[in-house]
Amino acid sequence: MEHIRTPKVENVHLLDRSLGQRKARVGTLYLSATHTMFMEKHPEASKEIWVLHSMVSSVERLPTTQAGSHLILHCKDFRIFQLLIPQEKDCFDIHSSLLRLSRPEKYSELYCLSSNPNVNKEERKESWSFIDLMADYKRMGVPNNLWVATAANSEYRICETYPSELFVPKSATPTVIVGSSRFRSRGRFPALTYFHQDTLAAVCRCSQPLSGFSGRCQEDEMILQAVMKSNPGSDYIYVVDTRPKLNAMANRAAGKGYENEDHYTNIKLHFIGIENIHVMRNSQQKIIDVTEMRSPSMTDFLWGLENSGWLKHIKAVLDAGVFIAKAVADEGVSVLVHCSDGWDRTAQACSVASLLLDPFYRTIKGLMVLIERDWISFGHKFSHRYAHLDGDPKEVSPVIDQFLECVWQLSEQFPCAFEFNERFLIAIHTHVYSCQYGTFLCNCQKERKDMRLHKRSHSVWPQLWQDRADFTNLLYKAELSQCQGVLRPNTSPYCFKMWKGLYNHAERSTPPRQSPADFLTAVREESQQLEEELTNHQERIAALTGKPITWAKVEVKKRIVQARHRGPDPPTTYQVPAQEAVIQNAKTKNPSLSPPAQVKHFSRDHSPVSTDLESGAAVLSGLSSRAGDECKDPETGFTTAGTNFFKRQHSERLQQ
Amino acid sequence: MEFSEHIKTANVEDVVLQQPLHPPSRGTLCITGHHLLFSHREEQDSSGQVLLLLRNIDAIEKSVENLSGYLGPFTNVVNSKRASGSSGTIIIKCKDLFVLQLDIPGMEQCLNIAQSIETLSCLDCVADMYPFFYRPCDAIFCDQWGLSNPEKHYTEMEELLLSTSLRHWRQDTRGRTPPTISCRGLPNWNHDVTGWSHGDAGFVLPRMQSGFGHSVQHERWRLSTVNRDYSVCVSYPTAVIVPKEISDDTLKKVAKFRQGGRFPVLCYYHRKNGMVIMRSGQPLTGANRKRCKEDERLLQAVIEDSDKGYIIDMRSAQQAQQARMTGGGFESKSCYNSWRRLHRHMERGKTLQESLIKLVEACADKSHNMGRWLSKLENSKWLSHVQTALSTAGLLVECLERDGHSVLIHDSDGIDSTLLVSTLAQLIMDPSCRTLEGFLGLLEREFVQAGHPFQQRCAHSAFSHARLQQESPVFLLMLDCVWQIWRQFPLALGFSEALLLRLATEAYASNYGTFLSNSDMERHAAQVKDKTQCLFRALLKPREREQYTNQLYEHTELAIWPSVHPQSLQLWRGFFLRWTQQTRHLEEVQQEIRNMVIESGKTALSF
Repeated sequence: MEHIRTPKVENVHLLDRSLGQRKARVGTLYLSATHTMFMEKHPEASKEIWVLHSMVSSVERLPTTQAGSHLILHCKDFRIFQLLIPQEKDCFDIHSSLLRLSRPEKYSELYCLSSNPNVNKEERKESWSFIDLMADYKRMGVPNNLWVATAANSEYRICETYPSELFVPKSATPTVIVGSSRFRSRGRFPALTYFHQDTLAAVCRCSQPLSGFSGRCQEDEMILQAVMKSNPGSDYIYVVDTRPKLNAMANRAAGKGYENEDHYTNIKLHFIGIENIHVMRNSQQKIIDVTEMRSPSMTDFLWGLENSGWLKHIKAVLDAGVFIAKAVADEGVSVLVHCSDGWDRTAQACSVASLLLDPFYRTIKGLMVLIERDWISFGHKFSHRYAHLDGDPKEVSPVIDQFLECVWQLSEQFPCAFEFNERFLIAIHTHVYSCQYGTFLCNCQKERKDMRLHKRSHSVWPQLWQDRADFTNLLYKAELSQCQGVLRPNTSPYCFKMWKGLYNHAERSTPPRQSPADFLTAVREESQQLEEELTNHQERIAALTGKPITWAKVEVKKRIVQARHRGPDPPTTYQVPAQEAVIQNAKTKNPSLSPPAQVKHFSRDHSPVSTDLESGAAVLSGLSSRAGDECKDPETGFTTAGTNFFKRQHSERLQQ
Repeated sequence: MEFSEHIKTANVEDVVLQQPLHPPSRGTLCITGHHLLFSHREEQDSSGQVLLLLRNIDAIEKSVENLSGYLGPFTNVVNSKRASGSSGTIIIKCKDLFVLQLDIPGMEQCLNIAQSIETLSCLDCVADMYPFFYRPCDAIFCDQWGLSNPEKHYTEMEELLLSTSLRHWRQDTRGRTPPTISCRGLPNWNHDVTGWSHGDAGFVLPRMQSGFGHSVQHERWRLSTVNRDYSVCVSYPTAVIVPKEISDDTLKKVAKFRQGGRFPVLCYYHRKNGMVIMRSGQPLTGANRKRCKEDERLLQAVIEDSDKGYIIDMRSAQQAQQARMTGGGFESKSCYNSWRRLHRHMERGKTLQESLIKLVEACADKSHNMGRWLSKLENSKWLSHVQTALSTAGLLVECLERDGHSVLIHDSDGIDSTLLVSTLAQLIMDPSCRTLEGFLGLLEREFVQAGHPFQQRCAHSAFSHARLQQESPVFLLMLDCVWQIWRQFPLALGFSEALLLRLATEAYASNYGTFLSNSDMERHAAQVKDKTQCLFRALLKPREREQYTNQLYEHTELAIWPSVHPQSLQLWRGFFLRWTQQTRHLEEVQQEIRNMVIESGKTALSF
């Protein structure tokens, strides 16, 4: 609390670009130890907005104007809130408080550890046992006569960042494991991550070898040999180095590098070319910039998309997964995956491969298990990558964002193959950053144990499981041929799209355009009700047939007809329940009709950031009303008829 | 003409066919006057057959190999057949972007087949085309050929008027006063807040002449048959709707002042406020700023008691200026002072065709390079055209529905982007255009009858090596825009993506006569209506209708404002990547959705 100088500011205007509201809302801003809150002062529809401090990625203070001081909050889930605070001093105080609060220095400052409302020991314990990794290994048939558990790392002595329970080839002795771990960056020796029962091929992971230009290690060579031997169906293994070859070669100068094919027998080395975390961080920033463009033309947008390189990187990650899945499923060859440290690109490649190979990971529970295994247990540095604590900004990188996006791209290609929908992926994304639960805290299992995280916080998975109705994809159909067995996605560039749902909250939270999914939910509920009625009637008939007919009235449940058609434009319907929405639509044809006038008003007076292009209607209104005013005859020289038009005019003139 | 002249080799055995999504198959190839038929050797039923309309073939590439050496010019056909090593390959690229490959044994046969395809696929004479030979078993020849015609359109308008007027009349007699009209230049948003939908008042109350009997005529509009012999405008149908007070003689004078004789005619009557969309060709003002009093009077008659109207000129202001040098021009402020002109530049003609070619090329790129794909996609500009078309249509709707003023829309000729935008605007605004019948009727009215020159525009598609002439994928661009709307409002349109795909194919090559010729006049001369079948009628037959209906459709009275943000517009995968596995998956999904809806319908029915 000591960082909060001004806990409450009245009369704050919220210009919520990301919510697509064109009207500023007036209300009170509160600052608590955990949240920034905005309570709207409105007689009817008062709205509250809560933003966790840990979700704030940056706070920006604009120069003071006559109306007051602007404060812009950029969130880690890509929302943007723009506040107009009347007094400069308040703005200054809030700014400096938020700067501090959004960058906690100790874990204990984080929400999941600082506030512990109803501590229920049993519940907490249960929440942590919800995902059982050993059960999943068992599901894939491990341990067996090829792969066995090893106790080598049970005290995290060999490798601090690995989990305590690991599976290795049966023929790998503890000496070999220890020897190999000394030859691998950060001791991350080859360990099993996925075993494919159909072909008996396996996916293993490790970090880069400390080979330099000529170094070799007998134990390491032996453990790779052991991996190969644990697959009776093939006489070689693939070593997939997910880095660009150039990067791998450069590492040799630092005494690291990649496996020398002359030293290892029966390996095939394959480079994928996923760029490092720094490239990815910059690339994501560029794509965020694209979504924040004010009123991009198609060319601006596509150019920005290309220039960000983001989709190229997503494709690289997916390509890595596809390569591994093909090797395992089609060729029956085991694969050893690594990058530099084996906790970023390796996690991406392995988890995408598992997702492609095994339908289980395409279910809600399955994806949780997959993330728990390949990311959490294998020591993906969540706290560093997602800036849970104030630290080195160079360590931050959207690694899991890319994995989630790969899953989304796949779900676009195979809409029936995934049990979950986009909302589930976005929810996971939010929790990775929010620190509301302990699941994604710390950088490895050992840290979590040392922190006694399981005793001090809750796991997020049971929560998400509880809300699974919200996250279910109605089109999911495991029987469909495209969903069975191994997924074989097309990775041609044209299959990749920008993930609008994640990056563009503006589009996401404007009144939902019509969605077939919502429609189907309604339809399904309706038929369930009808079916229930049918059974009721049948039971009644069955009961009646034996007895004399009584003319008692049968109580028929009234059918609730869902509002299937969500009105296309009116933003007001966004907040009212569906039932009322329809009535509202019927009453006022176009409730959004008045706002456009205000758009203009806003973009002129209050906001330095135009809200124009958020929805088609708004754009058009902006253009036409202006066009109506200002369009003059060509004889007298043209002024603008809308911004785009002006641009074009301008460029045409320049060309001449 | 005798097709057989062009067919030297009609049958070839042992041909290997390779097509996307199928394993190669071996069978017999057969060329007829209008078709290419491949029948699978093993399978006797029709499933192993490929029947391709030769008209659908856009380009062919042939390569021959003669492994046994050159046999000399005097070797006869029989000998060359025996020459075991000679063979040829023909790659056929269709206008619907389907690509197939035929491996034909025998060099000469291969060349003959290629020759026949080349000749027969681009016949110029309308009467030789397949629709004149197509006789389905359930063929119907009746008076009613299409779905819509100007007369019918006018009658419908009248009916609309009748029903709305009755309502207004009742309200008026109850003593309600209509709200006042804002006469300032600014659009008055408050008007819209009162909401036209439940019809509590419009500021243009159509006053009725007489009672409400059958003799009622529209008070402001009439059906003119001034073009009954196509002498006033070659590209208009025989009947058009014009302001009532404008006589046929005036129309003839106006026609001389408009490009292609396309004087302003009504294409849409907005029943919520009585405003209209008019379309025309550009005024022929020329360099000396010629005026035409009749034209000015006609436009004045359109807005009548309203304070202003909008002219949407689909050229940039500069282009409009330049058009004066070649005799064209624009409506100047001084002569048409109640009209506000808005310029929206839309590409058409060759630029659009080149854009399509580039896009199809980009889709065929196998390099797996993301940057290259995005830059090619951008470079093709196709999506920019989609964006412009949709936002111009949105602008039109906004002028009409929100701002409450009539709109005149034209480019230079008034037969391409004008029709594209007016079609989209009607789809956005008018719920009756969003049903299957309504949409087909709209296309018939706004494209076929309004004189979009299909034969010229759809002569070739993206693969053709022929020199570009009049080709331009305006109709395809329109379908793409409709698809974007369909994707943004999956419940609002009564038809499915399959219909759009079918139309995209049929416009280029068809069994039906609907898209033949360039205008009503030409169709009349070729007796299209008497001798061919109508596609739109065929699409409404029960079996086809089932396939093209959107199961999720729910009627809505609201305007469906499409988002034109670049992120909301996507490549139409269903068409441009039609023959890939990915599109198959999406089709399966559509099927899945249909099943779910039908299933639930059954449950409901079991009560």
